[in-house]
Amino acid sequence: MTLATLFFYLFSAVMLASAVMVISSRNPVHSVLFLILAFFNAAGLFILLGAEFLAMILVVVYVGAVAVLFLFVVMMLDIDFAELRQGMLNYLPVGATIGLILMVELVLVVAGWSISPDLLKTVTSPAPSVTDMTNTEALGRILYTKYIYYFQAAGLILLVSMIGAIVLTLRHKPNVKRQNVSDQVARGPATAIEIRDVKPGQGI
Amino acid sequence: MTEILIAVGLVVLQSVALLVSLLIVIAFLLLADRKVWAAVQMRRGPNVVGPWGLFQSFADLLKFVFKEVVIPDGANKGVFMIAPLVTCILALSAWAVIPLDEGWVIADINVGILFLFAISSLGVYGVIMGGWASNSKYPFLAALRSAAQMVSYEVSIGFVIITVLLCAGSLNLSEIVLSQKLGLGTSLGLPNSFLDWYWLPLLPMFVVFFVSALAETNRPPFDLVEAESELVAGFMVEYSSTPYLLFMLGEYVAITTMCAMTAILFMGGWLPPIDIPPFSWIPGIVWFLIKLCFVFFMFAMVKAIVPRYRYDQLMRLGWKVFLPLSLLWVVVTAGALVAFGWVPK
Repeated sequence: MTLATLFFYLFSAVMLASAVMVISSRNPVHSVLFLILAFFNAAGLFILLGAEFLAMILVVVYVGAVAVLFLFVVMMLDIDFAELRQGMLNYLPVGATIGLILMVELVLVVAGWSISPDLLKTVTSPAPSVTDMTNTEALGRILYTKYIYYFQAAGLILLVSMIGAIVLTLRHKPNVKRQNVSDQVARGPATAIEIRDVKPGQGI
Repeated sequence: MTEILIAVGLVVLQSVALLVSLLIVIAFLLLADRKVWAAVQMRRGPNVVGPWGLFQSFADLLKFVFKEVVIPDGANKGVFMIAPLVTCILALSAWAVIPLDEGWVIADINVGILFLFAISSLGVYGVIMGGWASNSKYPFLAALRSAAQMVSYEVSIGFVIITVLLCAGSLNLSEIVLSQKLGLGTSLGLPNSFLDWYWLPLLPMFVVFFVSALAETNRPPFDLVEAESELVAGFMVEYSSTPYLLFMLGEYVAITTMCAMTAILFMGGWLPPIDIPPFSWIPGIVWFLIKLCFVFFMFAMVKAIVPRYRYDQLMRLGWKVFLPLSLLWVVVTAGALVAFGWVPK
């Protein structure tokens, strides 16, 4: 048993356990924290596979940005758990039926799934050997040459969704005082201060 | 099996050696911070414990450790205790990839700079968890502020890192340092000198990185997370004793990491400023430490002389000034590299 195997089982076990905790813990903030733990262990599995770049990007994007926003939102929610659990028995049969159907579908799909025997031949750009180049380089080579249009399209979609999110939340409030930074910076002693010579006992 | 054990044992030994020396360095950096601050305000600063107050940090350590740990009644105990650990452990783990000298690095991974970036972006969790778990107003407000602030400045730090990567052509920190041997200085007839380092061609990015590093580590003038005039002590209000110490330690380790990152990305890491004797005789780690201390001194001076930003100014600086500037500079750098054929292999 090598060290890598040991770490594989460690990461997988912690990941599965925390994934279970995500859906079973009572406190939503704990759920998000367990989700973050699961992300971390997925990054660990990526590293074991030799995909360091993907591992780091997973941590930077999902843990460093997306999960922070999740946590941000979940922390602000005021959830009444007693109300949430009301009517649980009413919905249970429907939910269980849907869950069962999904489960059966998944089992059917996975059971009928076989990897094509001539997969190696159909792969047009095989991964270069690890000794030739780092996987960051290999990923960049293929992403910016062969898949450049898909890559750009993905970027465009993200841009559109970003603009959409901004437009949806943009509200013009008439009564808000706004700072004009260039005005503030341009103010000098001449326009901002007035010096009066006040005689004692007289006032202004 | 024995080889694995020996290899693991060696890594553990190296890590422990690095950790101990790092913590000792940070104890004195903390003192230096307070001394610089005091000197600017014409005070003496800590001067009682040991000669010139040199052992003040150790006295503080003992004081914190022997105090009682107070956990608020309404706190979420698990998260409350994990938060300082997260801050401290994450900050310390960043040092695994930092090269102190040529080959002096515990984990010489290919994506070292991304690892540092990931770790620094995770620093926000300690603050959010601590603020939320305290179940109290001020810590919660501080946690919200910190989440927004750190996420904002990470964006520009990311773009600065990308600019450096474009010039260096590698994500490995040692290679980034080595790629700073050739540059402007070499073409001017001063090979392997301080003119070769990236601070000169990427000067605007150097400034952006320095300011963003201040914001990312919640240092003044961006310490809105613990702005004492508004939030008492920010997310740390409810913490005492060792958990507080861990927060404090994590914060200073993160600051030191940012100083080391600045030294590596822009100031040539362990390279000597001029490659002629007697400068080239001095070992690289000494140069690295000198650069680290220099950047830390700048951090301390900024803390001493700059007033705190208002929150909207902070957000404006991050999103409306630094983000467009760094984005523009990435485009300009990439264009220049391609146009003049300077793209690294």
